[in-house]
Amino acid sequence: MSSRHGIVPRLKRKKIQEAVASGKRMDGRGLEECREITIRTGVIEKAEGSAEVHLGDTRVLVGVKIGVGSPFEDTPDEGVLICNAEFVPIASPTFEPGPPDENSIELARVVDRGLRSAKVVDFSKLDIIPGKKVYLIYVDLYILNYAGNLIDASAIAAISALRSAMKPVYKVEDGEVVPTDEKEPLEVLRTPVAVTVAKIGESLVLDPLADEEEVTDERLTITLDDDGNICTIQKSGSTGLTVDDIKKAVDIASKKAQDIRGMITGSS
Amino acid sequence: MKLSKKKESWKRTDGRDWNELRPISIESGVLPNADGSAYIEMGRNKIIVGVFGPREMHPKHLAKPHTAVLRCRYHMAPFSVDPRRSPAPSRRDTEIGMVMRLALEPAIFLERYPRSSIEVFAEVLQADGGTRCASINASTVALVDAGIPMRDLVASCASGKIDDRIVLDMGDYEDKNGQADIPIAYMPKLERVTLLQMDGVLSPVELEQCVGLGVEGCMKIYEVQREALKKKYGDESKQSQEEE
Repeated sequence: MSSRHGIVPRLKRKKIQEAVASGKRMDGRGLEECREITIRTGVIEKAEGSAEVHLGDTRVLVGVKIGVGSPFEDTPDEGVLICNAEFVPIASPTFEPGPPDENSIELARVVDRGLRSAKVVDFSKLDIIPGKKVYLIYVDLYILNYAGNLIDASAIAAISALRSAMKPVYKVEDGEVVPTDEKEPLEVLRTPVAVTVAKIGESLVLDPLADEEEVTDERLTITLDDDGNICTIQKSGSTGLTVDDIKKAVDIASKKAQDIRGMITGSS
Repeated sequence: MKLSKKKESWKRTDGRDWNELRPISIESGVLPNADGSAYIEMGRNKIIVGVFGPREMHPKHLAKPHTAVLRCRYHMAPFSVDPRRSPAPSRRDTEIGMVMRLALEPAIFLERYPRSSIEVFAEVLQADGGTRCASINASTVALVDAGIPMRDLVASCASGKIDDRIVLDMGDYEDKNGQADIPIAYMPKLERVTLLQMDGVLSPVELEQCVGLGVEGCMKIYEVQREALKKKYGDESKQSQEEE
């Protein structure tokens, strides 16, 4: 994430690094403290599920659309989940219109892997005509304001939107899929939570701000499922982590994930 | 969803009168990272607009030595419509971006910012018919919020014909089942139409009625835009007057 968000002046860089080294953050938080999280579901009536998440000033809108389509060839009897991220230019002066770049593709894929590895839905129950027609679930991440830590905010919004989603009921008549007016809740089995830990100097911090991301040496995103098992990891950075760093980051993330999961399950 | 033909009991599918706008609300200053922004709900349309600039033009060769260049992007979220649409820009998006630019340009003192660009990004979060008009309404408020000097506000709404009747501000159903649709943008103080498109079939008399009705609708929207700006800046301007 480091190359795209402009240049943090050297002084600011020094200030952030010094503050973190003495256990403080630019916005007054402690090192292992998250910004305030608010979750609103059902914000887009035309989507089958939706959620808007504010993580401090970071704002992500997720819409879930559920339709019918063909299965993947290697899993002919399973439904399909596709996760896509849009970095729209209103979110930051440094976001430019155009096809998804590596940052938005990484974001979509990390969130996607979190959902998939945690087995949030039972794909084998999402077939309509086995081998031919299955449910297609699109999870579209829409970044409305960038203020750091897009992955955590997006993952919260994605699982919240899925939990709120209603799936259209289809009938099969003479081998054809026929829509009905009915909808039923999408069965969501798990609530994975992604927690990103940033390494600034020798310190590990939670929920980095945009400016902090600029001076982050290493970033580690850990997605945890309901049982506390780790279901996805993504490291980025170019200085390298020690084995001890990884252990500490997993500890920090594990503690925080439970709180965040409580907020998600409490809101929908 | 059938429309009754009886004159006295005729109501639109959503219960409105023929010359009634859908519920509309505009909020300005909703995006911390943009220089100016606005969020509009017009019927079930939900659109958020961010304005950046005046800022340096990229790529540089597109800059003009005597004026700023206005660039407008219209984009729909994949979940804004049924069924899901691809997030890649469509031909329709490109055209709407262009007509938005042409609708807004006459209102902006572009000549004050030579060599720079002013960018307007409209993101449709939910579409419900008349998205280009709603985008123009929000863009105008966002441009003012960005502190860009304007000759006038640009207000926009559509009129059209459905079930042989002339109506104002068509919703999604009316848009798709109507006989004609005319989006209009209008600068109320300068009395100039800056957007005029039409599809469908109308007689010259009906066209005149539609344009008249559309302008009336724009006048009402103009008040909503002013209110949105007053809500954010009203107190400040009062304060500065008092200081004087």
